[in-house]
This record gives sequence, structure tokens and C-alpha cells, in this order.
Amino acid sequence: MQENFKKLFLLLGGHSTESLRYIGGVSILSLQTFYYTFSRPFNIKAIIYQMDFIGVKSISIVGLTALSSGMVMALQTAYGLGRFGAKSYVGVIVSLSLVRELGPILTALMVGGRVGSGITAEIGAMNVTEQIDAIKALGANPVKKLVVPRVAAAILVLPVLTLFADIIGITGGMIISQVEFGISPYAYYDSVTKFLKMSDIFSGIGKSLFFGFVIAIVGCYQGMITSGGTEGVGLSTTVTVVTVSIVILISDFFLTKFFWLF
Amino acid sequence: MVALKRAATGGRPYMNPFYKNTMSKPEPIIEFIDVHKSFNDNKVLDGIDLAIYRGETITIMGGSGIGKSVLLKLLLGLIRPDKGRILFEGKDIAAMDEDELIGIRTKIGMLFQGAALFDSLSVYENIAYALREHLHLREDEIRERVKEKLGLVGLEDVEDKKPSELSGGMKKRVGLARAIAIEPEVILYDEPTTGLDPTNARRINSLIKELQRVLKVTSIVVTHDIKSAYEVSDRIALIYEGRIKKAGAVKDFKSAEDEVVASFLNGTMESV
Repeated sequence: MQENFKKLFLLLGGHSTESLRYIGGVSILSLQTFYYTFSRPFNIKAIIYQMDFIGVKSISIVGLTALSSGMVMALQTAYGLGRFGAKSYVGVIVSLSLVRELGPILTALMVGGRVGSGITAEIGAMNVTEQIDAIKALGANPVKKLVVPRVAAAILVLPVLTLFADIIGITGGMIISQVEFGISPYAYYDSVTKFLKMSDIFSGIGKSLFFGFVIAIVGCYQGMITSGGTEGVGLSTTVTVVTVSIVILISDFFLTKFFWLF
Repeated sequence: MVALKRAATGGRPYMNPFYKNTMSKPEPIIEFIDVHKSFNDNKVLDGIDLAIYRGETITIMGGSGIGKSVLLKLLLGLIRPDKGRILFEGKDIAAMDEDELIGIRTKIGMLFQGAALFDSLSVYENIAYALREHLHLREDEIRERVKEKLGLVGLEDVEDKKPSELSGGMKKRVGLARAIAIEPEVILYDEPTTGLDPTNARRINSLIKELQRVLKVTSIVVTHDIKSAYEVSDRIALIYEGRIKKAGAVKDFKSAEDEVVASFLNGTMESV
């Protein structure tokens, strides 16, 4: 019995230490990233390249997810509201849900899966083939060269992607409202613009800034601690996707509470 | 210092074999002084003392996993020692911050075991990397410098190729061209002939000697390839059980009566 407790505490202690080490590592990398973001020379070209990789190449998957969510939301809410004779409010419910919640979170999860794992795979492969050591050996700084462009690009493109997802999702809801429930696009648009406030949009955009940072910094950190050859790279990408998803889902609650303050 | 000298000569009075026929008294460019390094519970280096002199080619030998490459990474400040000092031109690398280390790294070029070329960049961009980072050269000057360094390693018309299009031997030569691009004072070679066919291995060995002759650099070669060590070195140092077992001129090494050295050279050493 005593032996089992000892094993349990050792296990818990081990996991806690690991988690703290991880959080500490990500925090240090975040500080270094912040420092090197504002130190010369600025590598605008690398940031633009990463914006293309993270943003432009994610447009189709984000658009598809948002369109599907908007359409399903419209179907479900119209079905529910129909029971109370309040179908005309479909627009406001779909738009509020998308702009405040589903837009940022679905965009972040989709981009987190696609881009977070991609960043980890790229930096992880560089790490196991000593390319990161080579960057240092050539007198350059890997945080400035690899992490800063990715984090800056992710923070810049996530809000744009989220806004895009909001528009596509609301449009999807409008199409379904018209086709399935005969709600005219004008009435739908009117209900959206009447009730949707700028603070709702800023709440979603504010969340997406944080989500963009999380996706890139976790992706980069996990890549930089990757070891164990190609197998290690594979494991690291999985860890990134899981970690990013968990952090996004947990932080979403607190960010929602935070943006209620405004 | 006395301990260092004693360790480097295997207990005999201090004498630098590389310079023993000269009248000059060379100062070491690099000194490892009582350097210790462990990874988790695995003690790799247990009090390394070694002095390396300007202009010499020294080969550090020892079995796999004995900490030879760790020495090179310590020298570049890529990892820090647990204890001890590593002096480069008299300054302690172990005590330097990242910005100071960048200054040291511009004086040291390294050829990595797997060449470590940047996959996403062309051969040209790989070699130009450090030039862009540290020297304010015009593009035509960079192009000229890249061509010159590729010429030194016996390559031409490969500038636009990606590393994935090169053979193992060519990758190593491009890695060498990248290492010498900013004309370092010291070149580190991590297992330069490992994984190469005999022809390419011979070519790399010739390059090490040729660069030594042309560039007058200090070269530190880490290898377990005894033939290669005999071919390129002025001195050889053998690491055993975390310490320098013997450091001396090639001919002294070949005729060493020490049991450990002899068993390493004969390939009969137990797993180390």
C-alpha cells in the first residue's frame, strides 16, 4: 500500500516537474521572442513568407470550416427558434455565436492543427539534423531567425483569418436561412447589423491574437526541444497539436470572461 | 596550468610536440582546463585538460559516445560545461553571454557530421549565410566569395542546387565551404569522413590538409577513423573515461606503449 502511494506521488511529481519545465521553457522563449522582435535588423521578408504559409495557405480550410459551421448553426437555430415563432432572429444568433466564439476558436483549432504541426516538423527536423546548431555556429540567433518571423506572422494573420471566417460563416447562415426557411437576405442582414456590436467583433479578434501567439510559440518551442531523429519529429508534431488545442480551449473561457470587461 | 601540462603530456615534463623543433614558444589559442560535463546522470567529460596551439591540426579520438563532439560544441558555446574553463585566445567561453559568443563564433568555422546544410536554402545561400549575417558586402562581392570558397573545396556550378540534390561527399564539401566563408581562425571537423566512401573520405582528408596549408588555420578534427587521423594530424589526443589519456605527435602516438592507446589503435578496446 505504502509502496503504491510512493509510486503514485513519484508519478505525479514527475509529471508536475515536466509540466513546469515545459511552461518555463515556453515562457523563456516568449521573452526572447519579444526581445528579438524589436531588435534590429528586422527580417520583413521572412515574416511575409511565413504570413503566406500560415495565412494564405490556410484560407481554404478555414473558409470551409466556417461555411459549414455557419450553415449548420443556421439550420439548428432556425429549427429551435421556429418552435417559438422567432425564426427572424436566426441572423443575430448565428452572427453572435460566430463572431464571439466559433470564428476565433474554429480558426485557431484548424490553423493550430495545420500550421502548429508544420512549424514543429520543420524546426524539429532542423534540430535533429543539427541545422539549429549550425545557425548558432554561423554566429546567428535561431530565435531571431526561426521563431520571431513565425510568431509575428501568426499574430498578424490569425485576426484576418478569423474575420474572414466570420464573414464566410455568416454568409453560409444567410444562404441556408434563405434556401431552407425563406428568410430574405435583407432581413437576415438587418438582424445581424442591428444587434451585432463592434465590441463583439473585437472580442473575437482579441482572442485570435492570443491564439496566433500560442500556435506559433508552442510549435516553435516543441520543434526546438525535439530529439530522437525522425521518430522524435513525429512525436513532437502530435504533442504540438494536442498542446495547442488544449491551451486554446482552456484559455478561451478566461479570454471570454476577460473581454466581458469591455 | 602545471596540471594541464602534465595531463597533455601523459605525466612527462611539458613539451609541445608540434613545436618541439622550433625555437618559438607558441601560446595556445584554445585551452580546456578541468572541463566536466554530464548529461542527466551520464558523466561524459570528467576533467578534460587540453591545450591547442595556433596553426596546428589536432585530432581528438575516442570511441563512440565518449564526448568528442561534446568538446566541439563546448568550444562553440552551444552547450555549457558543468565545471571548468574553456579559453579561446585567453577568454573564457564558458562565462560568455550569447552576444559575446557570437563574436567567438565568427572566428570558428564548423563542419558538422551530417553537414547540417539548410534544406530550404540553395548551396549559394548556405555559403552566403554567415557573410550576410556578419559582413556588409555587396551582392557581387558575396557571389565572388561563394565562388572562391566552392573552388577551394573543388566544386563549381552547384550554387543553384538544393542540398537534397547533392551526394554525401558534396554536402560535406559545401558544409566546409560554408564553414570557411567568413575566413575563421579555427575550423572544427566533426567526424568529417564518417559515412563517406573511401574515395570521398580521401578527398575530405586532402581538403583538410589543403585548407590548413592555404588558410593557415588551426584545425580540430574529431574522428574515430584512425587512418584519417594519421593522415591529417600534427597531434592526436585520445579521450578515455572522460579525460585525455594521451596527447602527442602522430609518431609518438603510433609507438605508444600505453595499454589503452595500443588497444584503441588495434581496435581491441572494450566499449568506451
